[in-house]
Amino acid sequence: MIQRIFSAELPVGERLLIKKNVISNGTSSKRVCIVTGTHGDELEGQYVAFKLNQLLSKNLDSLDGTVEIYPALNPLGIDSITRGIPNFDIDMNRIFPGSLTGSMTEAAAHYIVEDLKGADVVIDIHSSNIFLREIPQVRINVNLKSQLVPLAEYLNMDFIWVHEAATVLESTLAHSLNIVGTKTLVVEMGVGMRINHDCCNNLIDGIFNMLKHLGMWSGQSVDEVKKPILSEADAVSFINAEKSGIFITDTHNNREVKKGECIGQIVSSLTGEILEDVLSPVDGLMFTLRAYPVVYEGSLLARVHRFETEK
Amino acid sequence: MKKEILFSMKSPFRDDFNIYGYTFGSGSKSLAIIGSMRGDEVNQMYVCSQIVKELASLENHGYLASDVSITVIPSANPFSMNIGKRFWTMDDTDINRMFPGYDQGETTQRIAAGIFKKLENYEYGIQLASFYMPGDFIPHVRIFNTGNDYIEEANDFGLPYVMISDPTPFDTTLLNYNWQIWNTKTFSLYGGTNQKIEGMATKHLVNSILRFLIKKGMIIKRTFDPACVSETIRESQLKVIQAPSAGVFYKKKNAGDYVRKGDELGRILDPYEGTLKARIYAYVDGMMFFTHDSPLTLQNTPLFKIYGSE
Repeated sequence: MIQRIFSAELPVGERLLIKKNVISNGTSSKRVCIVTGTHGDELEGQYVAFKLNQLLSKNLDSLDGTVEIYPALNPLGIDSITRGIPNFDIDMNRIFPGSLTGSMTEAAAHYIVEDLKGADVVIDIHSSNIFLREIPQVRINVNLKSQLVPLAEYLNMDFIWVHEAATVLESTLAHSLNIVGTKTLVVEMGVGMRINHDCCNNLIDGIFNMLKHLGMWSGQSVDEVKKPILSEADAVSFINAEKSGIFITDTHNNREVKKGECIGQIVSSLTGEILEDVLSPVDGLMFTLRAYPVVYEGSLLARVHRFETEK
Repeated sequence: MKKEILFSMKSPFRDDFNIYGYTFGSGSKSLAIIGSMRGDEVNQMYVCSQIVKELASLENHGYLASDVSITVIPSANPFSMNIGKRFWTMDDTDINRMFPGYDQGETTQRIAAGIFKKLENYEYGIQLASFYMPGDFIPHVRIFNTGNDYIEEANDFGLPYVMISDPTPFDTTLLNYNWQIWNTKTFSLYGGTNQKIEGMATKHLVNSILRFLIKKGMIIKRTFDPACVSETIRESQLKVIQAPSAGVFYKKKNAGDYVRKGDELGRILDPYEGTLKARIYAYVDGMMFFTHDSPLTLQNTPLFKIYGSE
């Protein structure tokens, strides 16, 4: 059943509509919410939402409880390939929990949080932006590690990144829900403006696996999900460009790299010079790799989860 | 006057990205002023340019106090201004949301770190700031409420209002928040609107900075400028009037107008048929502090903020 969770008037003959599809069966009061489309350039969640809708509708008898799918929290952004909120130049994931006395988007954020509150689990699906390619992963604030890591392990992801708390992240949807007791997992995968079907299908398997463990799903599911690598205690090394130029690489992420291994080069298209050989500073799993070639000094090129011996 | 490059970076295809600073005097670090960090903050850069011009003249005539050093950074983001973008040219990140910065981090974190290093340890800091929604402010000084004890010094700008606002988590990466956490007495000056250099609003800001310099003894010169007595208010005291519907917005009152309860402030019209959808009235007497200044409005947009009471 399609429901509107927010509706407000735009200036010229249109309404801003944020919708969800509520799929319900059986007697269980359990509720899992899948949200995506906060950033308009992140599209992996669209495929996941489509497939979940399709699979749940076709196999409704196997569901006991409610799954709610919110494909577009920022519909104007997705529709215009705008990462933030059109008209406001602001990142939607920095205005939660919203406000009824603020702008339209703050009101939307308020109603989104109110609608999601009380769910047993919320999965907030993000892609990367257009600049970086990410392996399928769950990101968890260190303060929520004990509550969320066991849930994240159901999701068939390659990687769980337990990161440090930051005050600025208190404005995110996930934080706003977690602090009121609604367990919310943030999934990141792929690259902006594209859909990687394999990554998405892995997550879909993971979501059904989670539903099974919550007692909400008796239908088909994978026998065994991936055992994700858990990264915590600041075990991630960042590799940033030291030169401005074009980053060229013939490697890919989701593989082990050795300390000193060349993962790419920054070159000058004007002079033909190699400006920088980009080397991994550690042994580890390269889980992030730059996808957009033009770089400035400081542009993030890769992230590597250091293996134990490097600590 | 000493002009120097405070931060420099190579671009893949453009000229070098340089941030210039102008320093007057060679005494202790007294005051730093920063103008535009976003590409549409033209007025903020212009106000700084006028301060540079004034300070150069005052220094040449011997009016600068002997023990001070004043640095002005008119623009920390010329690249975005030159191509008409508000945020960073490549990735749309906001330099003003990257403080205190990180010199090993991403590009805008590095720019922020480079700026912040130069701005550290000044006794006073002034940022010419802008708001994230299109609008027109009455000139005022704004300070984050972080338990600081220098609020009264904001009166030395002689602007009508000193606004105290509570920082949200999202605000903790702004320059003005971090600057004051690092013990610089920081003031943000607001006035006018983005993308425009406006006559009186600009003059108010330029004069207020000069007034502050004279009050603090950094400039030894009599002022003939009659400053007003500032009133300190909190953001929560402003009465917000939101758009009851969306459409074409016709504004009848401006920032700085005194309004009375029942006054018509603006209208919202149907964008296709031209008919009236809503009249917006003041429900309090008071001073118009902020007005939305786009010809269109969405539903719920805060159109007017009034400092007043019922």
